[in-house]
Amino acid sequence: MVEFTLPSNSRLLPGKTFPANEGAGNPRAFEIYRYDPDSGENPRLDTFEIDLNTCGPMVLDALIKIKNEIDPTLTFRRSCREGVCGSCAFNIDGTNTLACTKPIGDIRGKVIIYPLPHMPVIKDLVADLNVPYAQYQSIEPWLQSDTPAPNRERLQSLEEREKLDGLWECILCFCCQTSCPSYWWNGDRYLGPAILLQAYRWIADSRDENTGKRLDDLNDAYRLYRCHTIMNCTNTCPKNLNPGKAIGSIKKALVSRG
Amino acid sequence: MEMRSNLGRARGLGSTNEGVHHWRWQRISGIALLPLALWFVFSIIGLIGADLTAVKAWVGAYGNPVLLSLLTISMFHHAQLGLKVVIEDYVHSETAKFSSLFVIKAIAVVCGTSCIFAIIRLTFEGST
Repeated sequence: MVEFTLPSNSRLLPGKTFPANEGAGNPRAFEIYRYDPDSGENPRLDTFEIDLNTCGPMVLDALIKIKNEIDPTLTFRRSCREGVCGSCAFNIDGTNTLACTKPIGDIRGKVIIYPLPHMPVIKDLVADLNVPYAQYQSIEPWLQSDTPAPNRERLQSLEEREKLDGLWECILCFCCQTSCPSYWWNGDRYLGPAILLQAYRWIADSRDENTGKRLDDLNDAYRLYRCHTIMNCTNTCPKNLNPGKAIGSIKKALVSRG
Repeated sequence: MEMRSNLGRARGLGSTNEGVHHWRWQRISGIALLPLALWFVFSIIGLIGADLTAVKAWVGAYGNPVLLSLLTISMFHHAQLGLKVVIEDYVHSETAKFSSLFVIKAIAVVCGTSCIFAIIRLTFEGST
């Protein structure tokens, strides 16, 4: 059956507290999930108090400040700090989002940061994303065409190009993927919202000639139809995309071909 | 211990190529149930206090056996399609999954057949 409780070695224990320096003008507490596989201990929730007067405005600024000034062992992914690389996706204040585009000012009270939900944790805020990456590879996310390549660009009309809007912007941060209860319960077979949005990005591409095969591969009770339109994906997307709509479009394409 | 590559696991046993069939019939049976269930509920309300002869006459009345049979088929088909999804979502042991899927289908077929038989019986008893 589905696991509704955490296994005993994943139960969260109280962690250490690092109080703010004396004289901090604007202290704010950050509760951060910590897990070190080498220690053999259960994960814990550490509290770091930092002075927001000496910190940048985003949650990622606070994480970097904590790593630089308080605890260099705090482990997390980050790169572009402007919402295009998709590395710093965490569960922040109860919602999956990008730490670099989430203002601390939007959060009331303590800022609580967990890794992306329901994925194996490698260390601290670093989730193991190997399975979603492999699922992405399985949908063959590249242009497939039997027509010999032209000597110039493959042309699209303006209308054909417009069909890719709302799809190409996906940065594969997996905020939607790991917010989906269907993906939590059946992530081994259900492709999940991020992969299905990417799959539709190629189905909707007028230059791709393998649309039928792509639809065949998705016509499956688990791969596609585990989506029960819960819509957590669309609610949580930090790029304001609509994976739920993309999945609906795949279902519509499958029905319309009879 | 599983040393299969992640891509091998993601591809698994491949696509069953039949998901859209379930999706389509769940919606067709659901839409069919809207008018059929309303018609049935209002008809039964109209039969409150009626005796067996009156009920038999209603079941056998022109068109009613067909509508009752359609209601039965839509209802049990829709029910087993819906329960199948719930089981696939939450039951992960292969044995438990396949046996429970078989049991709900068997219950739907047995109950559906019994209802149709009852409709036929009431129809022909009512008309004699």
